[in-house]
Amino acid sequence: MLQYIVRRVLLSIPVLLGILLVTFSIARLIPGDPCRAILGEKATQAVCDRFIHDKGLDKPIYTQFGIYVGEILRGDFGQSVRYSMPVTRMLAERLPMTVELSIAALLISMIVGIPLGIISAVKHNSWVDVITMVWANTGVSMPVFWLGLMLAYVFSILLKDTPFWLPPSGRVSPGIPNDPFYEVWGIAAPEAGFGMFMHFLGRLNILNSILTANWELLKDSLVHLVLPSFALSTIPMALIARMSRSSMLEVLGQDYIRTARAKGLTSRKVILKHAFRNSLLPIVTVIGLSLGGLLGGAVLTETVFGLSGVGRALYDAITARDYGIVQAFTVVIAVFFVLLNLLVDISYAYLDPRIRLE
Amino acid sequence: MTQLETTLPKLDKEGISLSSVSLWQITWRRLFRRKSAVVGMIILGILVFIALTVQWIAPYDPIQVLLGKEPVKARQDPCIHILGCPTTEPQHIMGVDGNVRDEFSRLLYGTRWSLIIGFTTVTFAIIIGTILGALAGYFGGWVDNLIMRVMDVLLAFPSLLLAIAIVTVLGPGLQNALLAIGIVSIPAYARVVRASVLSVREMEYVSATRALGGDTMQILFRRILPNALTPLIVQGTLGIATAILDAAALSFLGLGAQPPTPEWGSMLGAERNQVFTAPHLVFFPGIAIALTVLSFNLLGDGLRDALDPRLAHVS
Repeated sequence: MLQYIVRRVLLSIPVLLGILLVTFSIARLIPGDPCRAILGEKATQAVCDRFIHDKGLDKPIYTQFGIYVGEILRGDFGQSVRYSMPVTRMLAERLPMTVELSIAALLISMIVGIPLGIISAVKHNSWVDVITMVWANTGVSMPVFWLGLMLAYVFSILLKDTPFWLPPSGRVSPGIPNDPFYEVWGIAAPEAGFGMFMHFLGRLNILNSILTANWELLKDSLVHLVLPSFALSTIPMALIARMSRSSMLEVLGQDYIRTARAKGLTSRKVILKHAFRNSLLPIVTVIGLSLGGLLGGAVLTETVFGLSGVGRALYDAITARDYGIVQAFTVVIAVFFVLLNLLVDISYAYLDPRIRLE
Repeated sequence: MTQLETTLPKLDKEGISLSSVSLWQITWRRLFRRKSAVVGMIILGILVFIALTVQWIAPYDPIQVLLGKEPVKARQDPCIHILGCPTTEPQHIMGVDGNVRDEFSRLLYGTRWSLIIGFTTVTFAIIIGTILGALAGYFGGWVDNLIMRVMDVLLAFPSLLLAIAIVTVLGPGLQNALLAIGIVSIPAYARVVRASVLSVREMEYVSATRALGGDTMQILFRRILPNALTPLIVQGTLGIATAILDAAALSFLGLGAQPPTPEWGSMLGAERNQVFTAPHLVFFPGIAIALTVLSFNLLGDGLRDALDPRLAHVS
């Protein structure tokens, strides 16, 4: 098992280098003067000359790539012109929102999608099956930004003054105290390095509210998370339900299922222990595949719901031509995606021991 | 590529039509037996009809501003005569948009854009993907390694994100957005073609053609690539759905089609802040996107089942 993990980790290194090469090329291909693209149109020639020398932009292109990779490895993503702060700090502030949103959406899609798929396979061709499949086909076809807007309209305008009202935008209601746990615990506010990680954890509202026993914040954060995470979860949910169904159908037709039934096991045991466990591999695969859509969809969901996450920051950076951020955030999201896929691959090996030996 | 297109039907005639029922006839029959695929084909048929005849069926010019021409104001609610709207007022089935244009006409013209976007991006991706996949699969070795590792890197990015990054470099606009989506979808086709090439490369009929003195091009295009046709058709149909969805997303973000182009994603994006006051301007374009994407998804799924050799005994 360990050998398999090590091999998979080593295999992902060239892909990670490739990602850096692509984002590096994107930054170099942007038309115009790199200095003024980064420092702004008003930079003087003298400032620009110094900037180009400092950044090593007068060195050969492969040296520049080496410098770039070195900077990233040290966690230095450069400066944002627009917000005049290190991009790493912006990441620590923006990433928690996206992480919360993606995890919530993934959880919803798994908790709803997998049981729906199993039920429609077990009750093949019943009305449950038909409705699930019609819904799954519609789910994968809906644009996430449209669904988000429509949900916001229904739940905050049409259902106004009912108990079902939900906030259409934002992360928390104004006025709710949101002190990071390290301040509540009396630990000095961290500034750099590991402190950035503390900062990141402190901005994960749900985690932070539990750590500081701030139940008002927990409730408020969850209420704000419902609509965006539901909108974002539709496509993965539909994909997971479809895959769970077809995978279960295939397994249910196997001889060992008939044997299990024949020896008198309860239906429940046959379905959950014998069939489900064996149908997991394709389900995990489709979960892995939908992660990319989830991260891409986060850009749209955050834009629609006015959430200041990584996706929204990326969108703002593109419109403001803040290339430092575009480059850094693309790298971070892509690396995040590769790591998640690595996790999916490792879970394959756990679920199906044959894969380790390939 | 023209060689591929011209030789395929010929091979079809030589090889398959000798038997009484051709592969395509079997596929066709199986496709019609699936309700969901038939629904997909009907929706798609209607959309194609609208796209071809839109200049005659649309009540208004999609980019004409009606201000001063008709007694309407921006973001007016739908007015449908048979549903009780007074006939003294001009009929606007889906209301009037923020720039005082007829929403229904814009929506109809959007069909044309959507189908063009879907077909051009997928055609581009299939052509490039087929060339790359065929080279990788046929020659193997370092060519295969180089091409497929580049594809791996492209696949390592979430597709919409990579498309956004590419449009950032190229600059916003429909053409660049299409190019970006095309580039992002290449790896899927390259993988499909490579897999098909690998599966038949060592078969005896290929060796036979080689022994008879067939050149590389002939072997590749006449003997090997036709095997990749069925998976490509399935992947391509489903790919059109994704491409339309991604292009709409880019336009929604302002990176794709620019106003006043009647493109659904950009129509939706322009009115998104008015969703609470004029929800119809967000509702209808979204439904149009969803229906179009749904039709390609249903058809693609149906084609996959109909072309799957494992289901051959069914018919």
